[in-house]
Amino acid sequence: MKYIDDFRDPATAKALVERIRRDAGDAPVRLMEVCGTHTVAIARGGIRPLLSGAVTMLSGPGCPVCVTPDGYIDAAIALGRERGALLASFGDMLRVPGKSSSLEKEKGNGLEVRVVYSPLDAVALAAATPDREVVFLGVGFETTAPAIGGAIRTAAKRGVGNFSVLSSVRTIPEAMGVLAADPEVRIEGFLCPAHVTVVIGSDAYRPVARRYGIPCVVAGFEPLDILLGISMLLRQKREGVARVENEYSRVATSTGNRKAQDLIRDVFVPCDTGWRGIGVIRGSGLRIADRYASFDAEVKFDAPVVFAPEASACRCGDVLKGKILPVDCPLFGKACVPEEPYGPCMVSGEGTCAAFFKYGA
Amino acid sequence: MHDRILLSHGEGGKRTRDLIARVIARHFDNPVLSPLFDAGLLGRIGGEIAFTTDGYVVTPPFFPGGDIGRLAVCGTVNDLAVCGAKAVAISCGLILEEGLPMDTLERALAAMRDAAKEAEVTIACGDTKVVERGKGDGIFITTAGVGVSADGWRPAPSGVRPGDRIVLTGTMGDHQVAVLIARRNLALDAPVLSDVAPLGGLLLPLLPRFTGKVRFMRDPTRGGVGVTLNEMASAANARFVLDEARLPVRESVRGVCEILGFDPLYLANEGKAVLIVAGDAAEALVAALREHPYGREATIIGEVREGGGGVRMRTLAGGVRAVDYPVGDQLPRIC
Repeated sequence: MKYIDDFRDPATAKALVERIRRDAGDAPVRLMEVCGTHTVAIARGGIRPLLSGAVTMLSGPGCPVCVTPDGYIDAAIALGRERGALLASFGDMLRVPGKSSSLEKEKGNGLEVRVVYSPLDAVALAAATPDREVVFLGVGFETTAPAIGGAIRTAAKRGVGNFSVLSSVRTIPEAMGVLAADPEVRIEGFLCPAHVTVVIGSDAYRPVARRYGIPCVVAGFEPLDILLGISMLLRQKREGVARVENEYSRVATSTGNRKAQDLIRDVFVPCDTGWRGIGVIRGSGLRIADRYASFDAEVKFDAPVVFAPEASACRCGDVLKGKILPVDCPLFGKACVPEEPYGPCMVSGEGTCAAFFKYGA
Repeated sequence: MHDRILLSHGEGGKRTRDLIARVIARHFDNPVLSPLFDAGLLGRIGGEIAFTTDGYVVTPPFFPGGDIGRLAVCGTVNDLAVCGAKAVAISCGLILEEGLPMDTLERALAAMRDAAKEAEVTIACGDTKVVERGKGDGIFITTAGVGVSADGWRPAPSGVRPGDRIVLTGTMGDHQVAVLIARRNLALDAPVLSDVAPLGGLLLPLLPRFTGKVRFMRDPTRGGVGVTLNEMASAANARFVLDEARLPVRESVRGVCEILGFDPLYLANEGKAVLIVAGDAAEALVAALREHPYGREATIIGEVREGGGGVRMRTLAGGVRAVDYPVGDQLPRIC
């Protein structure tokens, strides 16, 4: 594990901060960390104030919990309440508000919700309770998609007919494209997510870099990964180029994990999907392919998830798009705190507002 | 004797008497408990009396490095020790679920006996109830503990001063990660053992050696070091500043935390203590802690500064950030 310590060396961090401040120029450079894990790592590392005045880090839509629409939560609750399904979910989803309730509140009211650590646990739960329909809440990005797809294939192979997935799987590059095209956001560089890139490969960001002229650097989650990634983005900006670079080459490659990609292609097909706070993004969702339709909860129960833009004072949408910082939202820290979250960015452990609130970023 | 707990084991008749006499008293044999009076008679105990209680509902009851029985004894002994009190006697309330294998009960009782022996505390009284199948979780244990501290000075938040150092007696998060792995819903094979241990022998001899220098002590159990420090800073109305580079975390624990997105700062410990120590005594106190098996990895993790209650951390990247209370349990992240 000394390997990790090498990426946490305070002296190297100090030198990198100095280099970033030197390279930044006059106006603060607007960079976006796309991924929620980066957002938390930046806040935990106290990195934002270190770079204050030189770099403005905007937090992107890469927290799967934050971008899951409230209609999805409502649909899940309805499957439990009206169809008697046993819901299996990752823990992060429990406190996310739907239109009028959350899984946590409904669990307190008697709805059966089991927290699982992997989609395969949900298949095992279904196999162990053959008289109940088990619906797994399949929320995530390209990182989680192979595990969800693998669970569906396992259920199919083992003939676990009482298992299905309510899919809310999204893909990151399409969302980056929408934000890159938004003149209000004015992104000058993307810090691209590490785990997602391990699956899809860094080449996946080429269209964004080429089409919008925005430098992209894939970075790991250690403090030095992030600082080095930022430094690499500034160098591209200084040189006037916009290409994809990979700081996280110790794990991620340009082509990604082919086996995982094949699995995703086998089980899912791209679709348009709604992102909370952002709207519908074309081709940014993964729905379950027709050949696995019997494991698709929306098909199986004829209960499609309906997307509707939220209408509330919550400005999570603008936070997710990097248009404002959490502190600029009038609800932040007042009506909206982690104990009583108003919007999803305050709910999730990887949410931008929660990270700002928790670490005082 | 039956090989499983039956409802009739809790109904007060012959089976209850057999269970107590043949199983429980056999493990807990001592002059205070064995007469099986309605109360344990402790004799005269000198000094100020400390009294505490706790309940143990850990699932699974057996995990790498410990079990619910050892946990029940150590948790109570440690609550007394961090108040400067030597545990004298503890109670043992057993709530057993119908169908619990007798072997499981016996293993837990044997672990309580061994831990009590190690902590030099008498299991002085007890109670047993049996609940219907499905209304319990195998075995729950409640304990109360009586301890005694020498008259005169003892650690308290009012003694904390700017310039004091924050000392942690070892690595963070071992217990909670060991339990998480034991739940078997993690496909992880990290060799992590719970740190569950009685701390009286580590902490209490230091108090007369460092009179007035050990200002305040707590054991960072549920909520971990992060929550404990927040509570301590608030009680002492002081500002604590931690140094991230000095926070001790076992490599295997760190690995599990990396995968699950957990912060070791908020994971439970059952064999560690946080001490606020006068700046001029901190190094000597750490050296003394390290002489004891349960303090081998003791280290200074931060300092007390001027200012109101709250905890900050100097990060590895060179920044400063808040260390706050978490909201609810830490949950595994999605990606």
